[in-house]
Amino acid sequence: MIEEADIDLVLNDLFEVYGYDFTNYARASLKRRISRLFLLDKFPSFAEFRYRLKSDPGYLKRVIEGLTVTVTEMFRDPLFYKALRTEIIPTLAAKPFIRIWHAGCSTGEEVFSMAIVLKEANLLHKSLLYATDLNPQVLEKARRGVFPLVQMKQYSENYIESGGKNDFSAYYTAQYGQVKFDESLAEKMIFSTHNLVSDRSFNEFDLILCRNVLIYFDKQLQERTLNLFDESIGTLGYLALGSKETLNFSSIKAKYRQLNKEKIWRKIS
Amino acid sequence: MAENKLINACKAVVIGGSAGSIEVLLKLLPALSSPLSLVIMIVLHRKNSTDSSLADLLSSRTTIRVQEVEDKDPVVPGTIYLAPADYHLLIEKDEVFSLDDSEKVNYSRPSLDVTFESAADVYGSSLVGILLSGANADGTAGLNLIKARGGVLIAQKPETAQAAFMPQHAIQNAPIDRVLDVEEMAVFINSLSRVN
Repeated sequence: MIEEADIDLVLNDLFEVYGYDFTNYARASLKRRISRLFLLDKFPSFAEFRYRLKSDPGYLKRVIEGLTVTVTEMFRDPLFYKALRTEIIPTLAAKPFIRIWHAGCSTGEEVFSMAIVLKEANLLHKSLLYATDLNPQVLEKARRGVFPLVQMKQYSENYIESGGKNDFSAYYTAQYGQVKFDESLAEKMIFSTHNLVSDRSFNEFDLILCRNVLIYFDKQLQERTLNLFDESIGTLGYLALGSKETLNFSSIKAKYRQLNKEKIWRKIS
Repeated sequence: MAENKLINACKAVVIGGSAGSIEVLLKLLPALSSPLSLVIMIVLHRKNSTDSSLADLLSSRTTIRVQEVEDKDPVVPGTIYLAPADYHLLIEKDEVFSLDDSEKVNYSRPSLDVTFESAADVYGSSLVGILLSGANADGTAGLNLIKARGGVLIAQKPETAQAAFMPQHAIQNAPIDRVLDVEEMAVFINSLSRVN
């Protein structure tokens, strides 16, 4: 069994050798991730795991991928997307330009979902979707817009439940068990690495989506991140979090009003 | 009572279940005395849905506060917490909950093993783990970890379970301290709550 002290050592290695700071990630989940990696890769001892990590930059990639959770899907929580379509997007329609930030976008399923929503509202042409993640490998996948065909049935159901009226399969072409989404959807996307632990605000947005990312942070890092979002949201802009995440523990709460039972807040001051 | 000898100062009871467990909880909860001095955490395999109707249903059977967990909620004694659908439920050392939407464990999210292990890390010998009805093997590994940290293990009497496999599997593969039916479970939990 891996002990607390072992976790501290690995976190220290990651920071000292590579500059990745995971010290304010939620510890219980991080411990699970590290234990899982240690078991999967069958190290005879924890010391050997650490040695491999410190001496092999190639193995770092695997560790970053192993420590960060990349689970995502298209139109996840369809009712959230329904609220976006009916309550949020219409209020942005009059703007000359719409800027959206997907913070912690993982492999991009949510960004493509958003592009579809914007396209159907006839707003994609004047939108920019910034999609960031700390992990360059997932961004590479996101950029390609290629996803497994087997998931399309579920995504299509989600899409319809979210209020989508088109034939979902019209948005992609299938080949060899994969689908590639329409290039026109990706035209307005900008992918870039950004680490919520250490990087700063880089623009002002009308809508920031950061769903199921904060759950992996401790309260202190959540507070830092929410302040960074607050600096990056214009007045009357929106912040969307995951279905079990909340602003309740944060100092920025007073400046925001929750819109409905979906986790969407509007900046009111 | 004899049961009290098993554990000195119980701070938390973690209950895991799958198929057939909701019926058990609907009988168990009304039999628990209020106020509760410890915390109860319930992890159930259920269909992926974001509605909170299960918490409402359980809440209707007891005067004890029943709450579906949101991320970083503090663990407050006297409360019954329910793991939300589609997230693993973890407990941090400073007794706040963390949620985790990483890959399923034993085909399940929430997984009983994940919460049992996390609770064992935090509560050690002050923890009781209870495994209810179900049709898969989730929970047994977690119960073994609770025992390794000094906690106490209870399994539902398989002949009283709608799906006997899960408690039976645990009885065969973990050092279960007591095998109880629902009425006996209620008496046991009430006795833990009283000692505190």
